[in-house]
Amino acid sequence: MSKMVTLSIDGRSVTVPENTLVVDAAKMNGIDIPVFCYHPKMKPVGMCRMCLVEIGRPMIDRATNQPVLEDNGSPKIQFSPKLETSCTTPVSEGMVVLTRNDKVEAARKEIIEFILTSHPLDCPICDKGGECPLQNLTMRFGSKEGRFLFDEKMHLAKHVPLGELIWLDRERCIQCARCVRFQHDVVDDPVLDFHNRGRSLEIMTFSEPGFGSYFSGNTTDICPVGALTTADFRFGARPWEMKPAASLCAQCPVGCNLEYTVRREAKSGGATVIKRALPRQNESVNEIWICDKGRFGYHYTQDPARLGQPLVRRDGELVPVTFEEALKIIAEKAAHQPFQILAGGKLSTEDLAALRGLAQESGGKAWLHTYMSGGFTPHYGLSADANLGALGQGDAVLVAASDLHEEAPIWWLRVKQAAERGAALIVMNPRPTRLKKYARHVIRYAYGEESLAVAAMAEENLALAGEEIRAAAETLKSARNLVIFYGSEGLGLTGSKGLEQALADLLERGGFTGRENSGLIGVWHAPNLQAGFELGLPPAEGLADLPAGGVLYLAAADPAGDDPRQAAYFSGREFVIVQDLFLTESAKLADVVLPVLAYTEREGTFVSGERRLQRYYPALAARPGLKADFALTALIAKSLGYELEGRAASLALEKLAASQPAFEGLNYLKLAEVHEQWPQVGGSDLYYGGTSYANRQGLGKHLSRAAKPEPDAAPLREGIRDVPKNALRLVPHTRLYDAGSTFAPSRLLDQRRARRQLRIHPRSAEPLGLQQGSQALIELEGAPFTAEIVLDETIPGGTALYPRSLGVPMNAPFHAVVKPVFDKSAS
Amino acid sequence: MSHILLRHRDIPDIKELSVYRANGGFKAFQKAVTTMQPGDVVNEVKASGLRGRGGAGFPTGVKWSFLPGNLWPHYVVANADESEPGTFKDREILENNPYQFLEGLMIAAYAVGAQEAYVYLRGEFESIYRQLNACIARLEEAHLLGDQLFGTDVRLRIYTHLGAGAYICGEETALLESLEGKLGQPRLRPPFPAVAGLFNKPTVINNVETLTNLPPILEKGADWYKSLGTEKSPGVKIFCLSGCVQKPGNYELPLGTTFRELIYTWGGGLAEGRRIKGIMAAGASSNIIPADDRALDTPMDYESVQQNLGAPLGSASVIILDDSVNMAWLVAKTTHFFKHESCGKCTPCREGTFWMAHITERMMGGKASPEDIDLLKNVALQMQGKCLCALGEFSTMAVVSGIKHFRPDFEAAVRGGGKAK
Repeated sequence: MSKMVTLSIDGRSVTVPENTLVVDAAKMNGIDIPVFCYHPKMKPVGMCRMCLVEIGRPMIDRATNQPVLEDNGSPKIQFSPKLETSCTTPVSEGMVVLTRNDKVEAARKEIIEFILTSHPLDCPICDKGGECPLQNLTMRFGSKEGRFLFDEKMHLAKHVPLGELIWLDRERCIQCARCVRFQHDVVDDPVLDFHNRGRSLEIMTFSEPGFGSYFSGNTTDICPVGALTTADFRFGARPWEMKPAASLCAQCPVGCNLEYTVRREAKSGGATVIKRALPRQNESVNEIWICDKGRFGYHYTQDPARLGQPLVRRDGELVPVTFEEALKIIAEKAAHQPFQILAGGKLSTEDLAALRGLAQESGGKAWLHTYMSGGFTPHYGLSADANLGALGQGDAVLVAASDLHEEAPIWWLRVKQAAERGAALIVMNPRPTRLKKYARHVIRYAYGEESLAVAAMAEENLALAGEEIRAAAETLKSARNLVIFYGSEGLGLTGSKGLEQALADLLERGGFTGRENSGLIGVWHAPNLQAGFELGLPPAEGLADLPAGGVLYLAAADPAGDDPRQAAYFSGREFVIVQDLFLTESAKLADVVLPVLAYTEREGTFVSGERRLQRYYPALAARPGLKADFALTALIAKSLGYELEGRAASLALEKLAASQPAFEGLNYLKLAEVHEQWPQVGGSDLYYGGTSYANRQGLGKHLSRAAKPEPDAAPLREGIRDVPKNALRLVPHTRLYDAGSTFAPSRLLDQRRARRQLRIHPRSAEPLGLQQGSQALIELEGAPFTAEIVLDETIPGGTALYPRSLGVPMNAPFHAVVKPVFDKSAS
Repeated sequence: MSHILLRHRDIPDIKELSVYRANGGFKAFQKAVTTMQPGDVVNEVKASGLRGRGGAGFPTGVKWSFLPGNLWPHYVVANADESEPGTFKDREILENNPYQFLEGLMIAAYAVGAQEAYVYLRGEFESIYRQLNACIARLEEAHLLGDQLFGTDVRLRIYTHLGAGAYICGEETALLESLEGKLGQPRLRPPFPAVAGLFNKPTVINNVETLTNLPPILEKGADWYKSLGTEKSPGVKIFCLSGCVQKPGNYELPLGTTFRELIYTWGGGLAEGRRIKGIMAAGASSNIIPADDRALDTPMDYESVQQNLGAPLGSASVIILDDSVNMAWLVAKTTHFFKHESCGKCTPCREGTFWMAHITERMMGGKASPEDIDLLKNVALQMQGKCLCALGEFSTMAVVSGIKHFRPDFEAAVRGGGKAK
């Protein structure tokens, strides 16, 4: 607990922790001091001078070192001759701060006048108009008239693309450097800076492509004017025309709290549509940040290719029918058949519970479609009031087999911040990643040896371990907490299972299980795989794992899309039902295809990788005729004579909470609870951003710890042992901007989207005749494919990295002969 | 009396190392390194009463003593970003008496325990930069720089850095930013450079002229130095005399010399038939002082100029204005300068200098109205007390004092357009 300091602000006595800045001390006590450059998430710079206040301090007699007293015995206060910036001045005992007197009000008016001298005042066509700090503060403190001659205003470029995602209006920029500081200090992508000086000071980017950062969209939120706008939203709608809807990001397992703002508009044929995604404050999850994938990734929910009507196979063709007809056919064909279900991690908790219920009722089984193993996370994961934001000095974070910056950028940011607060970061990966810079220990291992490296660290006998592993083990001995992230780089399901088990063992042996801020976090490839593991669904990479026969029911899973060889498993089934947003490759093989509502059109819950159960709300009205997955599953069940909760998501969760101990006591009301968060953002003042971050719809709750799982007898390793001569070990990795069906429709990101590339060390490439930029043929049995060669000296020898979800029909390591594709016309 | 700083005027070729050494060069440094503790050097300089010649006049020895003894390494940076309009003293020292400056820098480094010292030169000083690099190379050859100096454990290296042409980089924290390779903008204080300066380490930043005073002080002692100048402003100062005088140039004189003596005894007075009208004592960062007898008889030391005339002595860049000068024209010049040199970091300076420059341009272009005079004054007053560093505050001084003392000039400018010079 830090020392407290008592001071007076506008005559009120307030007590705050020492080192608090005056501007924050005021805010904590409900007094707004206007700011432009100051932002509570960044170090103060004192540039804009908007926060000037009058500050007095008790006079100290230099001879006696005692306070000088007034006649009435109160301490004599000496006021500085100049006003002081409250954003750079820490509080001190007995300080007297005046924020509302004439001198201060006059200074505010004068600073606003200065800022407006060359500001274009084009509020009527500015995206920020209506939610703009400059506009608000001008209305509150500014002069009614400008004394600066209009003709002398500086005219600057108004449409400057800082890359294709973010646009800069140089006229509106007030040089507060929030964007520059965010990029440098918060996310360590220093791709923006000032150019020139004085009134010619302007923002520029010097990356290729421009503004190359996964966090670029956040600068448009913290920009206190309309200088930075996203290509996605600019000139899209006025703030007051839109309605907010609380939601969650469905692109990764971090569970960032979002707010969609929606508008009914003529341009969309009178439909209500999502206009933009904004971060919603949750200091335990994403603070006030989101990555660009989350910000721009929602377009699939309103993609024209979405299915609107059920399809059934007639004479070999899929033809549209009504839901009643489709359900009738299902009731006929699927009666008394066991349902073998493959469920995707994009489904809500309630959907997964319904699918599990149907499988149980019908005597079949539900599987989770994933190449990652997570059965240990319900016990070893985070629970109670865990908060990555509280990790610091004395704590340890281990990141294994994950390029966190690519897989879950906000977790990367949270880990970076934990390391900056003093937490010991251990990074285990066969090649360097962005986290290396912050790591105390970097452990390299060969692809396939993940669990051996972890086991070496966990075991007492470290004789065989390398120096780095020994040093890391030493660090763990004295750590108060240990949070472990494990990803899927270089791993398929088998390897993932081995790694998960080894990491659980590490937690167990170190005595970390049960500690408040310790646990195992899977860096899943979908937002809600965690719920699947909580429900005990076993993972399945594809259909090979599912028993033959019976009804095959795929929900939000497209194995045939991932790998065309999976089509073989569709035959030999009595009946195949595919439930999805799109006519996927798997849907094309189905007997019945059922369309569903997108998650933005319904409510539900996701369990984040940190085991936080969070609610999302409908941003848009349900599309007529369509239902949420769980409701549809319940209808199918009903048509077969089984009873499942399909009336409301909240009821489905309550039912789950009654039977699943980890969910005990949780319901939709609890998830909607909020408490005051610091820093306070999104207030009516809007100083800390032009947009509203306020979280009024719920911060979510952690699941409680589940029972301890039974470990497998022998530790598991990835299957590949001996790579044949002339073949390469091909290992998968994940890229943020992939081509998955729920991200590909965001065309805005096309330029930055990962391509189907093989990353390979020049020394491995050379003997195979593979050259930078050339096409290579990968002779994968049954599904050969081509990829572009990228020479990369960070890749271990004999290995090539391929990106997931970009057309390589594998998600696990394999070996194959790789050779150049020769130009046929030349040979 | 022979020169103490501008010794090349007495000893030709003192810029040759052999000549400098033949005239006692590096004896003071040797004396410091071989016979004095660093603390003794600090105390000697404190006792001499030497004050910073860059403009602020802060006691040099006291500044050194602020460096914490528990944070290392320490750095010394020589501020050779001489950019104030009307200031050209450091340039003469660097061009003609470079070894005395370097010896001073080396003494300062020894005094604060720095093993690395930097010279930050304004971008336009390219020839000086080359010459200084050659001097440093010669000192390394002569083993006056390097390891184990004079057989002791003392080590010292000097590095030079050429700025890119920004006035603001003369401000010490902007200088540090620039030296670190960043955009030259002033830092917030605290922390002060004495605690967190170059590369976030304790740093002393001294002006070239200040440092050049050190060898003679160590050689001849604090008492000798204190016998020069005034009690509170001891020593000699190089006064840069320019503007409407017959013999502009650098004059090394004791502090406390009156304006009248500088202008008429040394500067040869004004041109035939011209009357003195105003004085700017600190280059462009100066009030315009009406040149009455009271002003002319004011001794030029750090206290008297401030007390008598309400203006700082600053770097003692004395610009003389005669009756041919319209002060509105002068203010337009200084305003243009500050607008051009504002770094843009803080709002009042970035926008205020820009605004003032527009108004003065309007005045000189014959497009202003009489109300613009008060508007100009108000904009300047509106900037005062709000800027992040001194540059913004300085930019208002000529404006406010000019309008206060020479309002008719502004009225004439408004009436007569750009005609008035």
